[in-house]
Formats: sequence, C-alpha cells, structure tokens
Amino acid sequence: MVERRLEIDGVSKRYGDVVALREMTFAVAAGELFGFVGSNGAGKTTTMRIALGVLAADSGVVRWAGEPITLATRRHIGYMPEERGLYPKMKVGEQLVYLARLHGLGATGAKRAVEEWTERLGVAGRRDDEVQKLSLGNQQRVQLAAALVHDPAILVLDEPFSGLDPVAVDVMSTVLLDKAAQGVPVVFSSHQLDLVERLCHRVGIVRSGQMVACDTVDALRAGGVVHLVVDAPGARPGWADGLAGVTVVEHSGTRTVLDLGDGADDQAVLRAALATGPVTEFSRRRQSLTELFRNVVSEHTEAVAA
Amino acid sequence: MSADVRVGDWQAVGLVANREINTRVRSKAFRITTAATLVLLVGFTLVMKFAAGGSDATVGVSGGSAALAAPLKATATSIGQTIDTREVTEAAGRSQVDSGDLDALLVGDGSKIVVVVKKDIDEKLRNVLNVLAGQLALNEEIKDLGGDPTRIGQQVAGAKAVVEPMQPPYDYNGQQLVIGMIAGILIYMSLLINGQAVAQGVVEEKSSRVVELLLATIRPWQLMAGKVLGIGAVGLLQMLIIGGVGIAAGLATGVLTLSVSTAIGTVIWLVVWFLLGFVAYSLVFAALGALVSRQEDVGGVITPPLMFVILGYVLGISILPSDPGSHLVEVLSIIPLFAPTLMPMRLAMGGVPVWEAGLAVVLVVLLIPALVWLAGRIYSNAVTRSGARVKLRDALRAA
Repeated sequence: MVERRLEIDGVSKRYGDVVALREMTFAVAAGELFGFVGSNGAGKTTTMRIALGVLAADSGVVRWAGEPITLATRRHIGYMPEERGLYPKMKVGEQLVYLARLHGLGATGAKRAVEEWTERLGVAGRRDDEVQKLSLGNQQRVQLAAALVHDPAILVLDEPFSGLDPVAVDVMSTVLLDKAAQGVPVVFSSHQLDLVERLCHRVGIVRSGQMVACDTVDALRAGGVVHLVVDAPGARPGWADGLAGVTVVEHSGTRTVLDLGDGADDQAVLRAALATGPVTEFSRRRQSLTELFRNVVSEHTEAVAA
Repeated sequence: MSADVRVGDWQAVGLVANREINTRVRSKAFRITTAATLVLLVGFTLVMKFAAGGSDATVGVSGGSAALAAPLKATATSIGQTIDTREVTEAAGRSQVDSGDLDALLVGDGSKIVVVVKKDIDEKLRNVLNVLAGQLALNEEIKDLGGDPTRIGQQVAGAKAVVEPMQPPYDYNGQQLVIGMIAGILIYMSLLINGQAVAQGVVEEKSSRVVELLLATIRPWQLMAGKVLGIGAVGLLQMLIIGGVGIAAGLATGVLTLSVSTAIGTVIWLVVWFLLGFVAYSLVFAALGALVSRQEDVGGVITPPLMFVILGYVLGISILPSDPGSHLVEVLSIIPLFAPTLMPMRLAMGGVPVWEAGLAVVLVVLLIPALVWLAGRIYSNAVTRSGARVKLRDALRAA
C-alpha cells in the first residue's frame, strides 16, 4: 500500500507581479504533526488554500498517497480556514450536520459525528444556538468541530490556536495529537512557536514564499549556535569579559547568557565563575525555535540590506 | 477509514438547496410576507364582493307613482344601472330624501315623472328617469292611436343593429384586467424578494467566509445552482399558495365568475413565468452578488438588472389597465428582459396569440443556458476573492 502522505511539490503562485509562492515543496507523512511557521504574508495561507483547491496554483502539484489530489480526495481533508467561516445565523448543530453531509456522511452518521465532536470539544450545550450568539472562543471550537466531523484522513488547519484560552489550547493540542496518532497527517500553521516546538514532529519555516528550513525540531535546533547559561549569585557584571572567545549575550540578575566562539573553553568559563563564589547553574542551551526563527528571518533582512 | 466517500454532483446541489429551503421557510420574513399577501388578497376579494353587491341608487315611490316601480327597474337595467325601489308615503319619503336614506322620491299620480331630490339629481339616475318619461309619453300616444304599448315595446326592444367585425377585437372583461394586474404584482414582488435573496445569500457566504469551507468540498457551480434552486423552490411554493388561495377565494365568494379552467390556466402561466423569470434573473443576481463582500454593497451591483424588472412592471401596470391591447407592451412582452413581468400580466388578461406566448417562452429558455455559463464563470472567479469589489471584467477574464 502506498503511504498516506500529503505532498506539496513545487507549487508556485503569483498575483500579478507579486510572487506568493516559489516552488514550495514539503511532505507530511501519515501520523506526523507538521508545524508551518513564517512571518505574516510568507505564503502559509496561500499554500493551504491551494492544497484545498480553493485557489488554483500556477504550477506544481499537491499529492495524496501518491496521486494528484482531486475533488473526491479533498472531501477527506479537514480544513480550518484562516478567516473563520460559518453561517452566523444557522444553529451550531444543523450547521455541523450540513457540513458533514457535504463531506459525504449519511444523515444518521452525520448526526452521530456532530454529537460526538461537540461533546468532545465542550460545545454540546450550544448545539441549538445560532453561531453568532457564541463567544469567539466557542466559535473557534465549532470551527474545529467542522474540520473534524467527517473523520478526515488529512488535517489542514490555518492558525488553529489563535484566540484560544489555555484550556482550549490544551483541548486542541490533545485532538491534534490524537489524530496524528491515528495515522492522519496533520499540518497546521501558527505564530505560537513554543506550541509548535512542543507539539510538532517536524517544522517548516517559510520565508517569502519559499521553504527555507524543514526538519525535526531537534535537528533544526542542533544546527544553531549553542549558548551557555551561568547562574552565579556572587558574580558582578563584567566577570566574564576577559575570557577568550566568549561574548556576553545577556546579563540579567544573577544569570548570564554567553555565546562561545570557536576554540573557547567552557571549563575556563566555569573556573572564572567559581572564582566569583558559588555557581548554582551551569548549562548548555540550544537555541529555541523562536531564536531560530528570528535568525532565519534576520538572515533574510541582512541579505536584502546587502 | 473513510476510503470511498462519494457525493454525487446533484446530491451536493440537493444538500445546498435543502439548506436554503429550510433556512428560508423557517425565517420570519418569509412567513410574514406570505401571510400579509394572503390577508391582502382575501381582503381585496371581500371588498370587491361587497362593492359589487350594492345598487347604484334607491328611489322611493309614493301614491300613484307606485305603479312605476317595475318599469323604473326595467329601464334602469336596460341601460346598465341597478336601482332599488321602496314604497313610502309622500311625507315619509320626503323626510328620507332629506336625511339621505333615499336618493330620490317619485311623486304624483304616475302619468308623469315628478321627482323630488335633496339638492340635485345624479346624472345617471336622471338619464334613467328621462328614458322612462319618454316611454310613458310614447305609451300614452300609442294608446290614443289605438295600439298596444306592450306589443310595440317588445318589437322595439327586439330590433338591433347587426355588427359584422372584420377583425374581431378581444373583449377584455374587467375581471381579467384585475387578475392581470394582480398577476403582475405577484410576479414583480416575487422576483424582487427572491432575486435579492439569492444575491444576499451569496454575499452572506462570502462575508462570513463560509464559502471557503464549502468550496473545499463542492464546486462553485453546485453551490450556485443549489442556492438558486432552493430559493426558487420556496418562491414557487409561496406563489402556488398565494395564487391558489387567491383564485379559490375569488371563486368561493362569487367575485370571480371565470370558469375553473381559465382560473387554473392563469395560475399555471403565473408559475411558468415565475420560474423562467426567477431562474434567468437570479443567475444574474448570483453572479453579481459574488463580486462584492459586504451586504451594504449588494444594492449597488444588482440595481442595473433590477431596473429591468421594475421597468417592465411599471410599464405594464400603467399602460395595460387603460390600453390592454397596447402595441408597445405587446412587443416588450416578447423580449426576454421584460417578458417575465409583462407576459404573465397579458396572459392573465387573455387575448394573447399562441405564437406570442410560445415565442416569449422559447426566447427565455434559450437565454438560460447562456446565462448559466456566464454566471457560473463570474461566480467561480469572484466568489473566493474577498475584500474590494471585483471588477466584472476581471471576473470574466480570470481563468
């Protein structure tokens, strides 16, 4: 059996003179949670809309299980658009049943799925209310239910976490992890990088319509600079100034973050720290996704400046 | 997992149409307009019944003139008037004329017409009485000459001019004119309300962005077709209820004296023209609605085609009552733009040659596939572009 992979292969799109996507390429394996990050306007939403067939690509192809995606296969995608969209004056329950039926569920199957998902997402009590009467957070839950009611084989979610309270974020995270565990490829975009770092198996960073980094979180972080964190309560500012190849990145309170250049000796740093008194923390820290993201974006800015 | 989920093309259209029907039938606006129209129509029928039941004048007869009651009524009928008579004493009669209970009072011995009125006499009543007076004088002369006034009267009444029309004109009767006007109002209101509902529905989906979710599962043409069919079905239901109840009320109260087959024919033509007009116009409304993203902008884009609906209706309602055979209306009612409003009015009035009725239908039916193609293209290209109004030219050009 062909692996149930979602592949975006060399997709390009331009609006007049503006290039929105340039040869965008990546794949999401079955059971994988893929985080899609990038600045505003980098091309995340355009990519997702093309995958869903809402927009037509100028070139490139989107494949599912090795076959170019068609309207019939698209019915298996659970989609959450960036701009939330539901009929404001339609009741939650009826609306979800309608959407489930458009995805091919029978009347009874649709009703059952709607009951299940509204229970699970905590909006079961609002099934008979019009969508417009719900709070934004609850509307978001209904929107997620709309993406899930037809038991999708692929999930494509544009900013699913924006505007959610911490409880809802947990609910959403659990649902996404569960779906991935069932073998569904899950792609979502987000600006909450800590969440992406925690949840995703792999991350793709997009810049100006191109994928600039795409790998597991660990691999991406491993490639970056390593910082040294030293917590020495007795040390005065400037204690590490004389050390060869060491630059101070940040000094706040008793903690100092150091950047070790080539050939710098971390043991020399530890000795210097101990000379000032007790040392309560001495650790190597790999850069976070946020720092990595900033680097990627700033590289671009420098490139433009140069 | 859900490996083989199939939604047929028309099944998707059916689901969309079904949602439209449910939403609209349950909406307050639909129930109120239907109920209000029914109340107006039944009320109108009742008013017509009572208005038609009364007589034109009530005349008192007293003393010797009491014998004139029967000839008075007969004379009035012969010139198209209805007169009630009441026998009273002269004194009572005079006071009733003064109070307005009687329009006039005949006094004297019955050999001559002497009439008492309050101030002046109604012109039509004067005519009736003059004719009657002439008849009385004639009868006296005939008796003096030894003839029989009754026999001569009958012979006079039997003599008539024989008319041989070279082109028999259609005899428009008043009832059919009224039905034509009502048909015009119904079609006009229905096109206006349901046509705008299509445009507003398209924009609602666009402004709430739900269209993006829908288009990830169904094709644009299915969404558009489902919407047009669903709203059209509701409009049809409304038209059938209103047309049916209106005709039934008319026949039951006796206001309408048409044959049942003519009545049914009128309703069928009304339905046919509603469907044709609605499909043609709502395709245009759906396409134009897709160009804008806000409800406030709907009016601006659908006004031009709406003007044709309004123009057709206004021309019909202002020309036809006074000139049912108007040549201008006859020509316009065949042109597809105006046919949906003008043709049903003419058909309800009667006297439309079969070829004209047929040609008008054929032209609209031929136009519809072209509109489906054009509207489908504009709609598909414009409906996912939110924000500023999409230019019509861009929507047509974009692949």
